[in-house]
Amino acid sequence: MNMVATQPTRRFRPGFWTAVFVVLFLAFCTVTVIRFTKGLGAVTNLSDQFPWGLWIGFDLLCGVGLAAGAFTLTAVVHLFNLKRFEPIVRPTILTGFLGYSFVIVALLLDLGQPWRIWHAIVYWNPHSVMFEVAWCVMLYTTVLAVEFSPVVFERFGFHAPARIIHRLITPLVILGVILSTLHQSSLGSLYLIVPSKLHPLWYSPMMPLHFYISAIGAGIGMVILESYLSKRAFHRHLEMDLLEPLARGMVVTLGIYGLMRLQGIRRNHAFGSILDFTYEGQMFLLEFTLGVILPVVLMSFRRLRNDPDWLVGGAFMAVLGFVMNRLNISITGMEAASGTRYLPSAMEIIVSVGLVATGMAVFAFAVRTFPIFPEGSGDPARKPGA
Amino acid sequence: MSMGLLFDATRCIGCGACSSACKEQNKLPGKVEEVLTAYTWTTLQQKEGLNVRRLCMHCEVPTCASVCPVAALKKTKEGPVVYDAERCMGCRYCMMACPFDVPKYQWDRPVPIVGKCILCAGRIKDGKSTACAEACPAEATTFGKKEDLIWEARTRIRQKPGAYVDHIYGLTEAGGTSVLMISNVPFDRLGLKTNLPADPPAMRTWQVLSNIPDFVGVWGVFLYGVHWITARREDVAKAGDPDNGKGDQS
Repeated sequence: MNMVATQPTRRFRPGFWTAVFVVLFLAFCTVTVIRFTKGLGAVTNLSDQFPWGLWIGFDLLCGVGLAAGAFTLTAVVHLFNLKRFEPIVRPTILTGFLGYSFVIVALLLDLGQPWRIWHAIVYWNPHSVMFEVAWCVMLYTTVLAVEFSPVVFERFGFHAPARIIHRLITPLVILGVILSTLHQSSLGSLYLIVPSKLHPLWYSPMMPLHFYISAIGAGIGMVILESYLSKRAFHRHLEMDLLEPLARGMVVTLGIYGLMRLQGIRRNHAFGSILDFTYEGQMFLLEFTLGVILPVVLMSFRRLRNDPDWLVGGAFMAVLGFVMNRLNISITGMEAASGTRYLPSAMEIIVSVGLVATGMAVFAFAVRTFPIFPEGSGDPARKPGA
Repeated sequence: MSMGLLFDATRCIGCGACSSACKEQNKLPGKVEEVLTAYTWTTLQQKEGLNVRRLCMHCEVPTCASVCPVAALKKTKEGPVVYDAERCMGCRYCMMACPFDVPKYQWDRPVPIVGKCILCAGRIKDGKSTACAEACPAEATTFGKKEDLIWEARTRIRQKPGAYVDHIYGLTEAGGTSVLMISNVPFDRLGLKTNLPADPPAMRTWQVLSNIPDFVGVWGVFLYGVHWITARREDVAKAGDPDNGKGDQS
């Protein structure tokens, strides 16, 4: 049974989740049609007071951030030479690539005139963080595609191009790490320009660094989470010997990040809004407890790290806390200055959920079609020529 | 030669001629609304018994122009911050970033653009004043060289002590603006932002962006160095190993 389930040529059998996906995808398509015929106002709760909403806060900021596992793991394996992590690099690169594709589709919906997206290549403004973001999205998506391409080449038996990429892997990985460093931090730089608008619990001149470090932490969390999800979907076993040390890396990263956040709040003299239990203070507490305190404390215990349920739980909290942080910066922290409240419309949520579902469906398809998971790790079916 | 506007809230009679003239000059559809929209580039708001004009402040170092990824917004040497609708791809970062919340969007259109006051840039080029200043019957909005306007504002504040708040709004806000305002009521009570830093917000992102080329070089060399050391260490370990690398290296 297992053997059939993991063979690339496995017959696709639709089930409950396929039905859910089809419904979500159709809803997504409907919203897309309305958005391009009636305008952004017809589908979103965005307004002149609140021009950036869920599609920026979740789709863009989280899509990019949670793809950070790809550059982290390629660096760990190819630059720090910890080769034992190699088995989980491919699924991580695939997640990164899908995350970036997700971001690009979301941008095509969010931009007022997406058919002009190429303007960023032609009309330059190096003073704009958005200009940096645009170039990083383009270049790093390309790097991820090249890093993933050997998998596709292998599948169809083109070994020569796969060998060339293999030989160029070090410069390619370095380029990917540089672009990711720039991109992750630039999303924080985006908010440097609004010192008078973003709440002092989040605003800090160090935001680029906050975004970079938290993305590494949450990116590692995503790697653990996604190993768990593919374990469930494809009946593989969890690579605990690899995931446990990754969780240690997550503890250190999130610990540094948490400390930096507290320092930023101290510099802004903003501890008062936590103690006064304001709206922003409550949201911060929720985000910080879930995304930093709990994962750091729980994952510090060897016993919990070695228990698959706790390990996955800790990673899940880190990812959830990360998502909350990005939503707090893009929405909660901006509400007071905007003088209005923003809640995403049902159609905005449908687009975001529909995109996540599509990403998962493509991941499942790719795992069935290409040699993503290596031999010997829960995939007994992968024999050469099988 | 940088031009600008001086708005004196104590002189404004609230007739709304400025807003109507703006609609006509820029061929904007619909009635004048109470807040700025993509179709109302200037409007009057009643605050504390006064009428306050809301319009683009035309910053000396415009935040909108610095954040626009395609350079659709630009500060001209005559003073206006102008918008090139043909370039704009609709990321709306200008709306997010503007410290005065001025740029507005056409949310109702499938092919939307940003709308904001352009200080009648075309008229200024032709040597004329802005449509709003020309229409004002009470000389509440005055058009002129920015340095003359500052001098005029200071004279009014000095000549009638107590009749004005001793501050010219726009002189330092967000690094200074081409539109200046004076009033006898503190500006925060007129709905104007008074928490703006005196350094242009654009400097905060430029500090980061201007360091990217240097950073890329250093980071690239560092990463390659890490790879070089770890790969060398592996080679050495293999050479010293009696198995000569046949065993697994974990």
